[in-house]
Amino acid sequence: MTTGSIKDRLPAPGGPLPHLVSTAPFNPQSAEDLTEAQRNLYLASQWRLMWWKFKRHRLAVASGAILIVLYAAIAIVEFLAPYNDQTINIDFIRAPPQSVHIFHEGRLTAPFVYGLSYKLNMDDLKREYTDDTSKRYPIRFFCRGDSYRFWGLIEGDLHLVCPAHDGTLFLLGTDRLGRDMLSRMIYGGRISLTIGLIGISISFVLGIIIGGLAGYYGGKFDMITQRAIEVIQSLPHIPLWLALSSIMPPNWSPLLVYFGITLILGLMDWTGLARAVRSKLLSLREDDYVTAAQLMGASTGRIVFRHLVPGFMSHLIASATITIPSMILGETALSFLGLGLRPPITSWGVMLNEAQNINVVALYPWLMLPVVPVIIVILAFNFLGDGLRDAADPYH
Amino acid sequence: MLRYIVRRVLIMIPTLVITSMLIFTVMLLPPSDYFETYVAEMQAQGERADMSRIEFLRKEYGFDRPVVERYFLWISGFVRGDFGYSFEYEMPVRDIVGERLALTMLVSFCTIIMTWIVAFPIGIYSATRQYSWGDYGLTFLGLIGIAIPHFLLALLFMYFANVWFGTSIGGLMDPVYFNQPMSWDKAKSILEHLWIPVLIIGAGGTGKMIRRIRANLLDELQKQYVVTAKAKGLSPRKALLKYPLRMSLNFFISDIGDILPAIVSGAELTAVVLSLQTTGPLLLRALQSQDMYLAGSFLMFLACLTVVGVLISDIALGFLDPRIRLSGGSVK
Repeated sequence: MTTGSIKDRLPAPGGPLPHLVSTAPFNPQSAEDLTEAQRNLYLASQWRLMWWKFKRHRLAVASGAILIVLYAAIAIVEFLAPYNDQTINIDFIRAPPQSVHIFHEGRLTAPFVYGLSYKLNMDDLKREYTDDTSKRYPIRFFCRGDSYRFWGLIEGDLHLVCPAHDGTLFLLGTDRLGRDMLSRMIYGGRISLTIGLIGISISFVLGIIIGGLAGYYGGKFDMITQRAIEVIQSLPHIPLWLALSSIMPPNWSPLLVYFGITLILGLMDWTGLARAVRSKLLSLREDDYVTAAQLMGASTGRIVFRHLVPGFMSHLIASATITIPSMILGETALSFLGLGLRPPITSWGVMLNEAQNINVVALYPWLMLPVVPVIIVILAFNFLGDGLRDAADPYH
Repeated sequence: MLRYIVRRVLIMIPTLVITSMLIFTVMLLPPSDYFETYVAEMQAQGERADMSRIEFLRKEYGFDRPVVERYFLWISGFVRGDFGYSFEYEMPVRDIVGERLALTMLVSFCTIIMTWIVAFPIGIYSATRQYSWGDYGLTFLGLIGIAIPHFLLALLFMYFANVWFGTSIGGLMDPVYFNQPMSWDKAKSILEHLWIPVLIIGAGGTGKMIRRIRANLLDELQKQYVVTAKAKGLSPRKALLKYPLRMSLNFFISDIGDILPAIVSGAELTAVVLSLQTTGPLLLRALQSQDMYLAGSFLMFLACLTVVGVLISDIALGFLDPRIRLSGGSVK
């Protein structure tokens, strides 16, 4: 700006300075008054604040959505899977994945797969499957297929997708018995996903009770639990899991083995939570409201589990979420080594057990596909846990 | 400092005692013992086991004595360097364990070093350039390392090493060198084979380490003293390296205590897939055949390995951070 322009806008020497006076009414409390948005923020409950904060973590929200879909899916696996998990197709052993086509001879058609023609290569005794483009098998939707017992209770045969009546539909190939990999992966999810959940429930309960009492009482009880936690944490988990699961008698029913494995996974995992609960309680128990509750005659159990623990429940849930993946991985590892779940139970680990040697990687790579849901679930839990942890303390 | 070390070592003793009891209990839990399994196996094959010999062996190993006495026999032997006798291999556990344990330690040690070397710069990079593409990419890579099961990574490595380099990477050395005395060739062979298991085992730990360094450093960088330092004109590099980094270094050391058990675990799994000459495959076999002294001693060794590792990291931490050795982590 040049000096000339300023001079132009200045009043003449001695003249009045021009100024503006607003005629609008003035609210002297305008500085303290809250806008609508601010009032909402201040009046929002803790859980609402957490939700707002959680929503900002996009990846966590997406992961949460994926997990909800997956867990909803395990309720209806019988319907979602094209085949039963134990349906054996003796003519299609280790068949490669069939791809879905929607164009046939340049024309758009309903989705279909080509037939598989099978030839045994006599030189290396390898089964070779090729697409037989003369045969087309349209995929059926909402159709009658393999019959099953829904949750082992209700008879049914309705599927979301089924192969054509005389055709096949192996979207992810078949295993060494000719069982459809996709169906087995869907069924396996029921086991693999719940194992983490049940395991974490066990360790959650143990962690809160043991950690809660240790933190509240302190003293000798605390001392003993601290040592026990140290011992368990300093032991390498997998060897101990191996030892524990080799205890399970081989004649146990698959269901019993399943609960045995979850118990083993849960028993080794509560230490982290117990520590978190303990250290929180050590500082919280000095607060005034605890003294007040004591004076009013509340029992220890009531003070700890009614007043103290709910105060940092959100933290606990967040840290529990982060430990679920280790359980899922633990099950996979145990089953992979043949010490975990055993067929006929189908879990992702059991399926990976068949992908154990290097031939699989070279010749039948689709047998390794169960690792894909494992990775997705573990990543999702990690992101979700991150988001929950950030949101757990919304006042921060 | 000396007092701190002494106290820390003294705390270690009850830890090890409880651990040994736990392991012994686990070993005793199976409803049958090795001899019963053995007899059943022989009978299944249509052969008759020599019952008098088995009775003799049972007596020899004290299977007829009370549990507590057997525990003390085992643990007192363990302390003296007599680790019991393997039923299956029919030789003292010490002769079987020797080299394998040394190799396990070597693999674990190298894995920790690798974890440090990789995670440290990446963690700092991620923390100082939060929410940049580099940060996202590296964080994602670390997460993938956590999410892929070790054994699958091992399989893939084995396959691609074979396809791309035409080498077989199973084992920790050329088979001819195993059980041979140490020599230059053997050391070379081990070094050639070592990097793959180290990479595989370290993948998960490195991922975790990166995330924790990042989180810790970010916490530290937000503190007021950093703001003050910057406001007073300290160069950005110095404002990072002088205090915040040193603060997060503490945790870096203490975290070894957390990841060491995981590394040993991962090493066991990977060892089974890659058939490394470490404790993993043998431990698995011993557990399956209920070869209890071999399995028990193995577990005890692994436990000692981790407990001592944690001890070392604690002592290093005490050197680094006087607050820890002075307050001594006292229990309220």
